[in-house]
Parts: sequence; C-alpha cells; structure tokens
Amino acid sequence: MKENNLTRGKVTGVIANLVMVEVDGPVSQNEICYINLEDVKLMAEVIKVFEKRAYIQVFESTRGLKIGTEVEFTRGMLEVTLGPGILSRNYDGLQHDLNKMDGVFLKRGDYTPALDDKKKWSFKPLAKEGDSVVAGDWLGEVNENEQPHRIMVPFKFEGRYKVKSVVPEGEYTINDTIAVLTDQKDNEVPVTMVQKWPVKVPIKTYKNKPRPFKLLETGVRTMDTLNPIVEGGTGFIPGPFGSGKTVLQHAISKQAEADIVVVAACGERANEVVEIFAEFPEIDDPRTGRKLMERTTIIANTSNMPVAAREASVYTAMTLAEYYRAMGLKILLLADSTSRWAQALREMSNRMEELPGPDAFPMDLPAIISNFYSRAGFVYLNNGESGSITFIGTVSPAGGNLKEPVTESTKKAARCFYALSQQRADSKRYPAIDPIDSYSKYIEYPELQDYIKENISDTWVDNVMLVKNILIRGKEASEQINILGDDGVPISYHVDFWKSEVIDFIILQQDAFDPIDRSCPIPRQKYMLDKVLDVYNTGFEFDSFEEVNPYFKRIINELKQMNYSEFESEQFKRHEKELYYIIDEKKSA
Amino acid sequence: METKAFQKIYTKITQITKATCSLNAEGVGYEELASVNGRLAQVVKIQGQNVTLQVFGGTEGIPSNAEVTFYGRPPVLRVSDDLAGRFFNSFGMPIDGGPEVEGDEREIGGPSVNPVRRKQPSELIATGIAGIDLNNTLVTGQKIPFFADPDQPFNQVMAMVALRAKADKIILGGMGLTNDDYLYFKNVFDNAGALDRIVSFVNTTEDPPVERLLVPDMALTAAEYFAVDKNQNVLVLLTDMTLYADALSIVSNRMDQIPSKDSMPGSLYSDLAKLYEKAVQFPEGGSITIIAVTTLSGGDITHAIPDNTGYITEGQLFLRRDTEIGKVIVDPFRSLSRLKQLVIGKKTREDHPQVMNTAVRLYADAANARTKLENGFDLTDYDERTLKFAKEYSEKLLAIDVNVDTDTMLNTGWELFSDNFTQAEVGIRKEMTDKYWPRKK
Ligand SMILES: Nc1ncnc2c1ncn2[C@@H]1O[C@H](COP(=O)(O)OP(=O)(O)O)[C@@H](O)[C@H]1O
Ligand SMILES: [Mg+2]
Repeated sequence: MKENNLTRGKVTGVIANLVMVEVDGPVSQNEICYINLEDVKLMAEVIKVFEKRAYIQVFESTRGLKIGTEVEFTRGMLEVTLGPGILSRNYDGLQHDLNKMDGVFLKRGDYTPALDDKKKWSFKPLAKEGDSVVAGDWLGEVNENEQPHRIMVPFKFEGRYKVKSVVPEGEYTINDTIAVLTDQKDNEVPVTMVQKWPVKVPIKTYKNKPRPFKLLETGVRTMDTLNPIVEGGTGFIPGPFGSGKTVLQHAISKQAEADIVVVAACGERANEVVEIFAEFPEIDDPRTGRKLMERTTIIANTSNMPVAAREASVYTAMTLAEYYRAMGLKILLLADSTSRWAQALREMSNRMEELPGPDAFPMDLPAIISNFYSRAGFVYLNNGESGSITFIGTVSPAGGNLKEPVTESTKKAARCFYALSQQRADSKRYPAIDPIDSYSKYIEYPELQDYIKENISDTWVDNVMLVKNILIRGKEASEQINILGDDGVPISYHVDFWKSEVIDFIILQQDAFDPIDRSCPIPRQKYMLDKVLDVYNTGFEFDSFEEVNPYFKRIINELKQMNYSEFESEQFKRHEKELYYIIDEKKSA
Repeated sequence: METKAFQKIYTKITQITKATCSLNAEGVGYEELASVNGRLAQVVKIQGQNVTLQVFGGTEGIPSNAEVTFYGRPPVLRVSDDLAGRFFNSFGMPIDGGPEVEGDEREIGGPSVNPVRRKQPSELIATGIAGIDLNNTLVTGQKIPFFADPDQPFNQVMAMVALRAKADKIILGGMGLTNDDYLYFKNVFDNAGALDRIVSFVNTTEDPPVERLLVPDMALTAAEYFAVDKNQNVLVLLTDMTLYADALSIVSNRMDQIPSKDSMPGSLYSDLAKLYEKAVQFPEGGSITIIAVTTLSGGDITHAIPDNTGYITEGQLFLRRDTEIGKVIVDPFRSLSRLKQLVIGKKTREDHPQVMNTAVRLYADAANARTKLENGFDLTDYDERTLKFAKEYSEKLLAIDVNVDTDTMLNTGWELFSDNFTQAEVGIRKEMTDKYWPRKK
C-alpha cells in the first residue's frame, strides 16, 4: 500500500462524536481514519457513506474540532494485535494499554501499543519443516503466565502453506521471525509471533462447532445446580440496577473453571473495574495456585470513556477470546453491560437521523446481538484439540422492565437466562436469580445429561427437575396462604412452603462476600442438595401451623451454618448432626 | 469572561428555537463558547458553514440580527484557593458581591481519570445517621444520590451529612434551587462556621433553566482543582439533578433529536455518567465524593431520570416518611450503598455485615406481616414480633434524626434481635452470636 494512494478528506460537520467528512477517494464501511486535530490524531470509524461524504464516529471527544480539518483514511478496519503478552493487561476498548498511558487523566489521541515488543519469550517449535499448514495451525508455543500460548499461522493466510523452516527453541521477541512458510506458488512468507485481526470479523479457523455438552462449573449454586451453563455456552443476566448483576459476574469470573477470563467492562462504573485491578492480583486461582490476574485480561471502557469505543470494546474482547480459543483453551468472556453497547448504537443512529426501531434503538439491533452471541461456542480445532468461549453478558433493562428491545433480542440469542428479581434483591436474597423464571436450555441437551451422569451423578438431572418443582409448589402454597390466611389452609401448605424456603435459603442464596460461602464446588453442591432433599423427603407432623415456621427456621439455621463452615470440617459435621436431631423431633412415624 | 480584541461579529441569525439559534460562521470549534447579544451560548452542532448554538439564557427576545461573537475556547473556570467561601452563578461569576477570582483557567467538562490511575475507595464517611452508616455506609470517592419526593427534607439531610463528613472542601452545585433553599444552605454553612470550606455554584429558580447545564461541570472542575492540585478530600453536593436532566431534554428536543423514554435524550445515560464518574479516590490522597439529589415524582424510580441515575451511581439513599413513627427514614429496601462492602466489617466491627443484613431481612418479614394484617388475617406470634421489631428498628435506627456512632448502632441491633427473636430465628453465623448476643438481664 503506497501512502499517497490513501484517501483523504476534510471535516464538513460535527454533532457530538458524529463527524461528516468530504472525501477525495474511495472509503469503505468500518474503515478506520484519523482526524488531525492540532497536534493529536483522533481515531474514528466510518459508519455510513453517502456519495462523497463519509459519516464517521470518533472514538474521542470532538471538542474544538473545526470545519476543514484534515482526515486520513487507513484502508483497514478496526483491528486488534494478537500475540503473547495479552494476559494480565488492562486495555481500553480499542486495545490500548491503559497502564502505559502517562498521567492521571486520559488524553485524547494517546494510543499506546497493545504488546511489549522488547520482551523476550522462550519459544518452543511445534511444527517442523515440510508440514502442510493452514491458518490457525500451531507452529510453536511460548509460556505466557504458565499457560501454553500457541503461535499460529496468521488467521489472514488463505489456503495451504508448507513450513519451510521454524526457528529452534530459544528467546525471541514478538517481531522476530519464528518461521518461514511457502505458499502454493512457492513464495516465502515470514511469520512472527504477532498478527492483526479485524474485530468485527469472527475468527473461524476451527474444524467444527458441535453443540456444547460439558458442564462449566461456576461455584454459584443457583446456576450450577438449577440452571447450569456449559463450556462454550451463552447466557445473560438481566436485572434492574442494584439487583446484583455485577457482583454475580465478578463471582463467576473469580471461580469459574476456565483457563482464561476476558472481562469487558462496557459502559459501567470505573470503580467496579478498579475493584478487579485491586483484587485479582491478590486472589489465588484455586485451580492453579497462581494469581487470578495472571489468567485475566480486562477491556475497560467505563461509562465516562468515549461512547463510540464502547461498541468496539465488546468486539475487541470477543476477538481476544477467539484468539485464545484457537489455542485450545477454555475462555470465559464476560460483558457488563451489553445494554450500554446497544445504547451507544442508539446514540449514533439517532445522530444520523436513521429511522428508529422500538425505543429508538436501531432496527437491526436483534441481528447485531445474535451475531455477537453466535461467536461464542465450543469448537474442535484442526489438530483434534478443543477450545471454547463461554459468554455471559449482563443486560440493564430500562426501568427494570424485561419487555424492552435489548432484553428481548438477547433472549433470542442466549441459551441461559438468569433473571434477577427486584423483590429478591430487596429482601437480600442474593444472588437474586429468580429460580422459576430463569432457565438453561442446555439442561435439556441429552449430551449434557450424559456428561453429568458420567461425571457427577446418575440422579443429578432428576434432582434438578425435582428442586424446580418443589420451588413451584412452594410458591403456589405461599400464594394460597396469602389469599386464604394462615389458618384457612391445611398445615401441609405451610410445610410445602417451608420446604421450598429450605431450598431457597440453602441452595439459592449464597453470600458473595463470605470467605467460605462465596464459592461452592460441585461435590459440595451435590452434598448440600442431598441434605435439603433429605429434609424434603421427610414426612413431618405438626399440631398446628404455628409450629411450622419456627421449626423450619431451626432447620434452615443448621444448614446455613453448614454453608458457612469449611466443607467436612468438625464444625460442619457438628451442625449436620444437630440437623438430624431436629429432623427426628418432628418426623412422622 | 471578556471577548478577545478584533473579533469578528456576526449579525445574521438563520434560525431561532426556544433554546438554540443558528447562523453561518467560519473557523468555529465544536463546544466553543459564544455570546449572542451578550447572552452566553455554546456550539452544539456544526454543519458546513451553519453553526447551532445552545443559548444558556434562553432565546426569548433574541432578534434575527443579534450580535454573535465567538470566544475561541470552551467554557472555563478560573481556579485558585480564593474560590473557597465564595458564591458563583452557573458561569462562574461571583454573586456574593466579591471580586472575580484570579487564577488558572481550566476548561470545564475536562477528560476522565484513567481507570488504572484510580485507587480503590476505602475511607469510611461517618454521618451518625444509622440509616446511612449502618445500612448504607458511605465511602470517600463514592457517588450517591438521595432519591426523594419533592416534599422530603432532602436538602436538610444533605447539608447535615455534608457538615458531619469532615471534608476539606464542600462544593455546592445548586440547580433550580429555590431562593429559600439557597439561603438555607448559606445559613447552615455559616452557622456551622464552615463558610470558608464551601464553594457554591448556584442556579436558582429565577435563572433560565438551560444555564443549569453548566453547574455540575463548574462544581466538578473546582472539585478537581482541590482534589488533584491540593490533595484535598472534596465533597460535591448536586441538587437537584432531575432539574438538570429536564434542562438536557429541553435542549435536545429543540435540536430535533429523537427522544427516548420519558422524552429524555437517548444520551442521558452517558451525559449523567460523565458527571457522576468524576467521583474518584486518587492515590495521592485527594478525593471527590458526590452526593446528589434526584427528586422523584410520586416515588416512581422507573422514570428515566432516577432509572439511569441508579445504573450509574454507587447506590442510592431513598427517603420516605414512616407513618407509623411519624418520622422520615432512610428506606432499607430501596436504599443501597454499593461501596459499603469495602469498609463494613473491615473499618467497622466484624459483626457489621451480618447485623445489617439480618435486620433488613427481619424488616422484610414485618412488611409481609403487615400485608397479612391489611388483608384481614390473623397474625402469628412470629408476625407480631416482627412488627414490634420493625417499629423499634425504625425508631431507634432508621429515623434520620438518629445520631450515634457505629458500635452503638450495632449494639442496638443486637438488643432488638434478642428482645424479639431467638438465635435460630435470627440465623447469624454462630461465632458472632456467641460473641455479641446480649446476655439476658
Ligand atoms: N451475592 C451477593 N451477596 C451479597 N450481596 C450482594 C450479592 N449480590 C449483590 N449484592 C449486593 O447488591 C449490591 C448491588 O449489586 P451489583 O452487582 O452492583 O448490582 P447491579 O450490577 O445489578 O446494579 C452490591 O453492592 C451488594 O451490596
Ligand atoms: Mg452493575
């Protein structure tokens, strides 16, 4: 590409971060350009072209921008830089390294590189001379935070290549040539450890994408036990403000059984990202004993950062996840909140005076959302290894009303629905996931059912169904009691209600801030589920309904103390014993 | 704010609406300040030669041949220690009869703090109000609004919190403040001998509504000066943000933007977030804490203004009159401080989190009992006890006239538990009950 062939333009209009540019050559949709505002270059993306006029969204504040200002187009779309060194980094929505920026305040146009080009990585070859390879095949690997980071044939390479040479084991920087390939026409192409990829285009170097079937343990009881998500699955968490979306996502990011976690903080509070910055370098990853930060990458575009980069931030995060999936790793991708991304689209669409869809969101919102969710998934790679991206997004419905475009569109795209209920949050029943409205479509997959039978227990799936029924029965009983009065219903209604309360307090509720209760591994979940089902399966006798509430409160209390105790510790067993004494008191003969 | 010499004067206005006017002009920068017949205005849209100005004072009486000049820069505030003790209007001009402040010119609405340069907030702000300190503990660097109906005493509570908060500076941003409330703030701060710690930017109900749009940025620019340049702990009070948002909608509707929910601009979330996110704890010790007021209409928090606010701020303090005790309380259900877990049980006594949660849960049980009662059903013994508990809890802890330290609040909590319930009913971690459950007298 010759510099002088690049298209240039001049600013002809400014409305907030929407800028109109008169261009002197071809431009393409989503092309990146730079506005030369005084001594800084502001990055922007083409979002509409009309005759000689390009509409661009600027990823920065446009304060001071004047008509006639020069704009340079790059011909490229928004791309991320892929290579070793992404883990533990804190990026902005466009993959600029936040830690490398100077000063306390963000400066526009301060575009820091994504990777360190000085650092030496110890490279081990995996491919050898003569191998026939395609994009995504592994040429070698380096050790990135104790995880194998595969160096792959660049994703942009089309067709088959032959490995001409691979460098021997040794220390290399990301820009050193580590292999030379030859294409069909015998042209030699050098390969380094770094490559670029446009964020809006999915990386599809895998062989196939079957339905996901492996349970992904999150340590959150109400998810794993009632509505499990799978490796490569998709889920979303809608809920009004304060209902616990962020706390739940943070809990999942700390505990879930993933090799790598990518967190996209999309248009939410800066202090919530700071919490991750502060905590993750201190918290141990129970699976590896290393620090959580070592397996985490954060993409931060908080609510006060440029709106246009918000949309980019979720795509940046997804592309980084796809890169690691192609290495055969298990990725957990979290985005909080996808509604902010949709709102960024809405702001732009309104400024362009497009015909609005429902609630003034763009007409194609459902398609945009489902395209994005479809990039997650479990895949088999060409070499037979597998990798996955499990994606969980939060949704912030206006006024807490789930009948709004973002929630409805997401419901069509995501397979797990974790609805947070205001009422549960108000009465501090955290996590406030509504056990009856929420669902996991995966639980119906025979593949998953077989997997659970083999890896957890034969009865697990049946028990999950049973628990849901108990909860529904409990809810009906409580409604009847509310209508007819405590003494207007048979005692058994009270018992049904309290049996469901036992499940609520012991399985559903979980204190995310308690050092022990916050994470509950599957064996412990199974153990506790068996306990509450023991209570459920016991017939009780009461003389009056007034005995029911205080009696079950005691049962709940013992079980709760078990949740607060180290699993299978003395204390745990003491409360368990006490529990059975209490059960025996009222057990019917 | 003087205009530069040899400035071009434009006199041909092409369009006038209630809040904006347009004209053809050259060399104008986006967000630049201008003057339209002496009224301050700001560039909000440029299309070719055509420039649209938002006129802060409103366009009433503006003729199509009004004189327009451009300042060549966005709105600024002059900052120095001389700001302390002074009262300004929305444009940063003195309204207390004193001289203009000398100092550095700072653009208002400046850039955001790099998130990796923030420090995690960890300093508790004690207010003595149990509805806040016990249930919704505040932390420096937090942003939190009072949600209240217009008849609630939110300005009084806010002033009380501000004075007890031990901040180095208190910056008042008044938007659509009634003259009475303005004088009220002036008085309490004066009586408390705190005037030299206060800086005020005030737009009263007598001033044009669009001017309000400048107030939060003025207040926050002053706050950043004290917090960054002087490493001080600054508390910013913004009242009433609902009136600020109303002014936003006036301007955006005049610019033919498609309104979203409740006729608010589609960018309301980003507009409010840009202000509230100025709350920050700096590693060097300075901090900006924002306490705001968002008035509700009929307690409706699903309206776009409180709804977007709730999604942005770190909790909300919901004021409500408890008819049973005849006092205003901080409602434990709808109120929340999201930063409380950074300090409770760490900077306060270990039993704090559990006492807080348990009390609220029991209060919820009382609400169920009350529903039962209203539906004409008999109450169980447990129901009766929760109702008694709820009343005492309201009186001794939730009412805003309570002023005690946190240990006393916790002890009161345990007293109420043991007076009304068994340990099993309370269901707190055993180590805690063993230690704190009051021995029967
Ligand atoms: N699992 C939980 N355990 C204890 N407290 C919780 C839990 N989930 C949420 N909370 C409380 O609710 C508050 C709001 O949660 P958050 O996740 O920030 O809400 P959202 O993101 O939905 O607005 C938290 O600050 C915390 O006090
Ligand atoms: Mg959140």
